[in-house]
Amino acid sequence: MSQYGNDSTADTTYQEKPEVKSREKKRRDRKTGWVIFGFLAPAMAFYFLYVVFAIFMTVYYSVFEWSGIDDDMNFIGFQNYLTMFADGAFWQSVGNNFLLVFSSLFTQLPLGLIMALMLFSPIKGIRFFRSIYFMPFLMSTVAIGILFTYIYDPTYGLVNEFLRAVGLGNFTRGWLGNEATAIWAIIVVVIWQFAPFYMILFRAAIVGIPEDLYEAADIDGATPWQRFTNVTLPLLMPTIITSSILSVIGALKYFDLIYVMTGGGPNNSTHLMATYMYDHAFSHFNMGYGSGISFSMFIIALIATIFILWFDRRRKGEF
Amino acid sequence: MVSKIIKQVLLYALAVLLLIFTGVPFLAMVNSSFKDQLEFMQSPWSLPDAITLENYAYLLETDFITYFGNSVFVVTISVIITIFLSAMAAYPLARLNFKLNTPIFVLFLVGMMIPIHTTLVPIFQLTVGMGLYDTLWALIGPYVAFALPVSIVIFRQFLRELPKELEESAQIDGCGHFMLFWKILFPLLTPAIATITIYNFIIMWNEFIFALVLTNSPGNATLPLGLRDFQGDFSVNVPGMMAALTLASVPLLLIYFFAQEKIVKGIAAGSVKG
Repeated sequence: MSQYGNDSTADTTYQEKPEVKSREKKRRDRKTGWVIFGFLAPAMAFYFLYVVFAIFMTVYYSVFEWSGIDDDMNFIGFQNYLTMFADGAFWQSVGNNFLLVFSSLFTQLPLGLIMALMLFSPIKGIRFFRSIYFMPFLMSTVAIGILFTYIYDPTYGLVNEFLRAVGLGNFTRGWLGNEATAIWAIIVVVIWQFAPFYMILFRAAIVGIPEDLYEAADIDGATPWQRFTNVTLPLLMPTIITSSILSVIGALKYFDLIYVMTGGGPNNSTHLMATYMYDHAFSHFNMGYGSGISFSMFIIALIATIFILWFDRRRKGEF
Repeated sequence: MVSKIIKQVLLYALAVLLLIFTGVPFLAMVNSSFKDQLEFMQSPWSLPDAITLENYAYLLETDFITYFGNSVFVVTISVIITIFLSAMAAYPLARLNFKLNTPIFVLFLVGMMIPIHTTLVPIFQLTVGMGLYDTLWALIGPYVAFALPVSIVIFRQFLRELPKELEESAQIDGCGHFMLFWKILFPLLTPAIATITIYNFIIMWNEFIFALVLTNSPGNATLPLGLRDFQGDFSVNVPGMMAALTLASVPLLLIYFFAQEKIVKGIAAGSVKG
């Protein structure tokens, strides 16, 4: 570094003035370059090793037949992907993932919005309500999964106890042991866990809406519903878009809850791509195939994000 | 105004309904952790006849303390590293002009949408290769790497709002970039550091899948992993399990009651830029 410095100062003495300036500037730029590198390098090192490099390695591993615990790697081209396309359990997991994505979008977000609006309504002790509303988000997903396993328990579970208490004893069942109900039982828990998160996002956005817009609406004689559809909702649109991205990406990432509550069963009916991938890579030690599945997850997450951003562009263009 | 009263009643009804929906599972957990096993069998979800602390006392005889300690260890080190690395990286991204500024920032942003499972097999291989498999150190790398994007976004935002004069006066004093950053800017970042610490603490405290894949022996299990093991061991002792779940959530509840606004800020900042 200092070598460069010496060289250029030695040269500059013979140059005309503007030249001197640009040389001097170049020298400073080069020094700044090193400074920038110094600040960024440690974070970049972690990020490249564990994220960027890892994604490329996933692609690489996905073209091998490989257990992952020995050196016996067998190049098989796209065979893992072909197997995947013909694998019914894989498609079931993709279907469940999409079910989760849509239920997230159309229940978590509206519920989060309703909860956020509640926080601005004239209710006494709203701070207390807010504190409780937010609590599900604080528990670890593993703890939530275990807790709800007991709540859904066929014999002493809270859900069945409640149904018996209100005279709906016929509806009691083993919610998680039943192929028809298991995925829905899990989706309810996911909603329970994440609605508070969107409540916080919407609350922050509503706080940011300028008060005079509401005053103007009042002068125009707007009803509360009109205030909501003409002022609140349009101004919340950017938050709704980012929340959608977060909820779609989040839904594609779900793992902990399924792993703890059902392990993908009964009969693969609750597998998500993440749990299915884990099953192959780390339970059956088929890491080549597992890598194929996880790279597909990456592609789907990418497409989903691009789609939402495109949708947002189009919406902005039309209004 | 009868309609006004009806409206009020409906409003409260909705508020209470939401309260039940969000609060009851939690309440049921804490409630049954104070019962003995016999009473739980007889009436699992009623209020306890007499509060017993035996379940909590029993936890002290298990590996719970080890799991708790492991979690504290991993999370503390990971959060500290995350703070320093992301603050440093945010400085040039926020306050210096250079060609790669935007591309590098976007590269970090993309990290927020990557499903971590895409990196799971390679990180497992990498960890085995580095000889860190089944140690607590194995978790620190991935925890830091995946915490960097949000943290950099928050720090960058914060650094951009600091006045430009700070640099100018520092330059007049002959202060280089490193001095400027560590002596002048870093101390000003305290509010952002608090937000990032709390936000990452919650996420890392609850992290499960890396711990599941990268460690193996019970002595190296973090709390979520330990709870999962308890689920098998405690299958007949439900109140004991509930006590473990309650105790595992205590640190987060404490943080929440003392620093609610910081959590909210972290969530908002981490997502608005998405």
